[in-house]
Amino acid sequence: MRWLTWISLPVLGLLLSAVVQTAGSVETPLSAPPAVPASQRLDAAVERLNQYFQQRWQQAGVQPVAQADELTVFRRVSLALFGCVPALAEIKAFEQDLQPDRLDRWIVRMLQDERFGRYFADRLARSLTGVEQGPLFIFRRDRLRDWLAEQVLADASWARMTRDLIAAEGLWTDQPAANFITIARMENEEIDETKLAGRTVRAFLGQRIDCAQCHDHPFDPQWKQPHFEGLAAWYCQATVSLAGVTDFDRDKAEQPVVYRITEPGRDSESGRTVDPAVPFNAEWLPATGSLRSRLAAWVTHPKNRRFERAIANRIWGLMIGRPLQDPVDDLPHPEDSAAPDALDLLGSEFRNRGERLSVLIRLIALSQPFNLSSESSEQDVLLLKQQQQHWAVFPLVRLRPEQVIGSLFQAGRVRMVDQNSHPLIRFQKLTSENDFIQEYGDAGEDELNPQSGTITQSLLKMNGRFTAESLKVDLLSGPAEVLQLSPDDATVIENSFLMCLTRRPAAAEQQYFLEQLKNNRSQAVEDLFWALFNSPEFSWNH
Amino acid sequence: MESLMTDRRGMLQRLGTSGLSFLLPCMPQAAANRRGNDRPASLIVLWMNGGMSQLETWDPHPGTVSGGLTKAIATSAPDVQISHLLPGMAQQMHECLLIRSLHSKEGDHEKGAAFVRTGYNPEPTLAYPTLGSVIARQLPQATLQIPPYILLNPRIPVPEGGYLGNEWNAFRVFRPGEQVANLTATVPDERLQRRLQGLDVVGQEFARRRPLAEQLTLQQDLTRRAVQMMQSEQLAAFRIDDEPATLQDSYGRTDFGRGCLVARRLVETGVRVVEVTLPGFDTHISNHEGHITQCRILDPAMSTLLQDLRQRDLLQSVIVLCISEFGRTPRINPADGRDHWPGWFSCVVAGGGFRRGAVLGATPAEIPVGNPPLPQDPISIPEVYATILSQLGIDGSQEIITPVGRPIRFASAAPSLRLLQSGS
Repeated sequence: MRWLTWISLPVLGLLLSAVVQTAGSVETPLSAPPAVPASQRLDAAVERLNQYFQQRWQQAGVQPVAQADELTVFRRVSLALFGCVPALAEIKAFEQDLQPDRLDRWIVRMLQDERFGRYFADRLARSLTGVEQGPLFIFRRDRLRDWLAEQVLADASWARMTRDLIAAEGLWTDQPAANFITIARMENEEIDETKLAGRTVRAFLGQRIDCAQCHDHPFDPQWKQPHFEGLAAWYCQATVSLAGVTDFDRDKAEQPVVYRITEPGRDSESGRTVDPAVPFNAEWLPATGSLRSRLAAWVTHPKNRRFERAIANRIWGLMIGRPLQDPVDDLPHPEDSAAPDALDLLGSEFRNRGERLSVLIRLIALSQPFNLSSESSEQDVLLLKQQQQHWAVFPLVRLRPEQVIGSLFQAGRVRMVDQNSHPLIRFQKLTSENDFIQEYGDAGEDELNPQSGTITQSLLKMNGRFTAESLKVDLLSGPAEVLQLSPDDATVIENSFLMCLTRRPAAAEQQYFLEQLKNNRSQAVEDLFWALFNSPEFSWNH
Repeated sequence: MESLMTDRRGMLQRLGTSGLSFLLPCMPQAAANRRGNDRPASLIVLWMNGGMSQLETWDPHPGTVSGGLTKAIATSAPDVQISHLLPGMAQQMHECLLIRSLHSKEGDHEKGAAFVRTGYNPEPTLAYPTLGSVIARQLPQATLQIPPYILLNPRIPVPEGGYLGNEWNAFRVFRPGEQVANLTATVPDERLQRRLQGLDVVGQEFARRRPLAEQLTLQQDLTRRAVQMMQSEQLAAFRIDDEPATLQDSYGRTDFGRGCLVARRLVETGVRVVEVTLPGFDTHISNHEGHITQCRILDPAMSTLLQDLRQRDLLQSVIVLCISEFGRTPRINPADGRDHWPGWFSCVVAGGGFRRGAVLGATPAEIPVGNPPLPQDPISIPEVYATILSQLGIDGSQEIITPVGRPIRFASAAPSLRLLQSGS
């Protein structure tokens, strides 16, 4: 059995170091984040946004509900930025921080956390490349995701990232933005320009024009078939070779590279040629540069309101779970004469402050709609829907699969599962996430669409191994620590509620679980965690 | 082994007296006792994952370059020959309609499967529901306590509900014939009862603060239904240990064979749609050998399934469809494999009023140069699906307004009489 010893020793070592590391970090309290520099404060923009909503509520005759308590808002922010509920250690530190502007300071800190980079990069990658597997070898979702994480953590300009993606050149490994192009390579090794055109307009301009590939848009007269074809033509020079993504040189090629549309079943030479064109404001196009770089400049042009409105709508959706305009990528044509709406207000601040996603995130999180309670006493369905439609109540939104497993994993531990956690725990989290989502069901590319729950999901949460692992009272688990470190049963219950639901128990809940804890305490704590994990409150943003 | 059914009955009795809001009474189970036309109609899809070669199975071309090593054998249907790799099915072809002229434009696994499972070309902005999802939604079954749409041994991760919503996704069982994952509580009954009581307490607090909004989430309803399913005697349909050993042998002691047997038990219980996957058809290398292996699994399972359904008088109400995302190339590649070929491929339909012992469509023996022509007497996937829906009593021309505001029909073609006994 010597082999067993050799295998077991490193594993034992890892486990021991995990214990030591975990135990050591108990003594490291989270400090309060510093004040936000005056130049970065968003008070005026938040005020403008709040005034817009107050006016909207007045005009619609809806009464906004009361403010949510700050812990609830903290949970919302954590779910939006990290994809999980806050850890007990974070909750305690947040509550102990009594300095002004607590929420904004904590958000600024969270935006520098690796958890934010990783989680948000995942969300952005979905909007850029969907969830399909993509061509083998030449499409590297992991590289694209890592690059996006680096960019958002560096607070890079979304306009610059957009230009990098559309005009990317080079290998899919060392120029990760190139994966935006390589995913469109077809089996015949050619690039599917139509796929890239549709994706470009959806992801960066917030409009679904894919149907215009075959016919004029049925509802939006702004988008006709020639518009789609003209946009697709900007990608006609893109090619994928061993050197990575490059552009054929239009002038030097033996035959000029043109975008040709061939009817199905007809010879490719019989097709008609389409020149690159944009559907509006051609004056925004630079005169020189590669086709893709010119398109990228047009998409991100400072006067192209669709660009900022599209990302503002997506970030609102990622923060709350529901976009301001639904669906997230089918926005109405922005009217020049209309008074600025919420998307314009968000968009103009975003433009004025270097097109950074962090500005949108903070602005939304500090706005009144984000801070309203989800508790409405409204008994009439239509009136409740009206309240929800105007953001006069925080909507109940089902958590996406990765938020459910992220929360399940975090709630089973006292400390944050982050970049400082032991590699073993981080590895365990990664594999749990993948396995859980496979069983639970992936929300897919349209993850901001309303999703209904399934029996499979309920059974997985009730009887699945992920729940069983997170609630177990054993050596390293959160429930065990809660039992050991809480001075009395009331605190055991309080800490368990904070870990799972980011709130303290109500009197009836406290009374019920105190009674349960009088018997087998380990079992009672496991049963308490089970009830909390399976409660509607755990699985919904509220 | 302790009987699950006894446990569940006992638990139900104990929990039934506790007044828990998560419990519902068990509904009567009548579906299993009805036979012939007087029972709820169902569909069993045998999904040949990876792209089944038509030339090694339903459409052999012996003695030609494209035909390879596969021979043709006579079957129980006059003038119908199939591959010698399917001797069991050769005895069942009198029950089957063989369609050799399906066609598609999608030569990629993901897109091909999306088209064949839904009957619609995949679109980036709208996910279509699969045929099974439409059937499950349109044919509610009040007495059913287990999901109406079940995948056995699934390989395709894409959710089935599409624009109909997650609630119409299929229930997935990864090891058919074995205990189904997550259906059994991890603690004894009494402790589960305590857990459910705790859940009730926490749930009530959440609902008290936002009564209407919480109701609209239907979350508690889902939990109730999950608990009901955990207690249901219908779960026995997932088990095969009480089936005769000879019958299990006959289906084949493989995941697919067990899946086909479970599929029969599920439709008997009233499940509307069961899809059993046989993976391994993506034979870019050593296609013939690959299909020898695949057919050894498929042939006993499918032929026994058809016999079993007939003997139980279920073939009138159950449609069996064997299909794949596309076919494989007439040309054999240098690795003795065949590549993806959406140009033409075959499917087999049995039961439910479809024609018996007939063949529709034909494919050329020559290897085409350039773009493949349409096969002779082409039949489209939407046509097949519209006919299946029609036989199940669903109007495929019915439109539904999708979440993006587009009205879409359940089937993009009309039902076809030429596929049916009544039209032959």
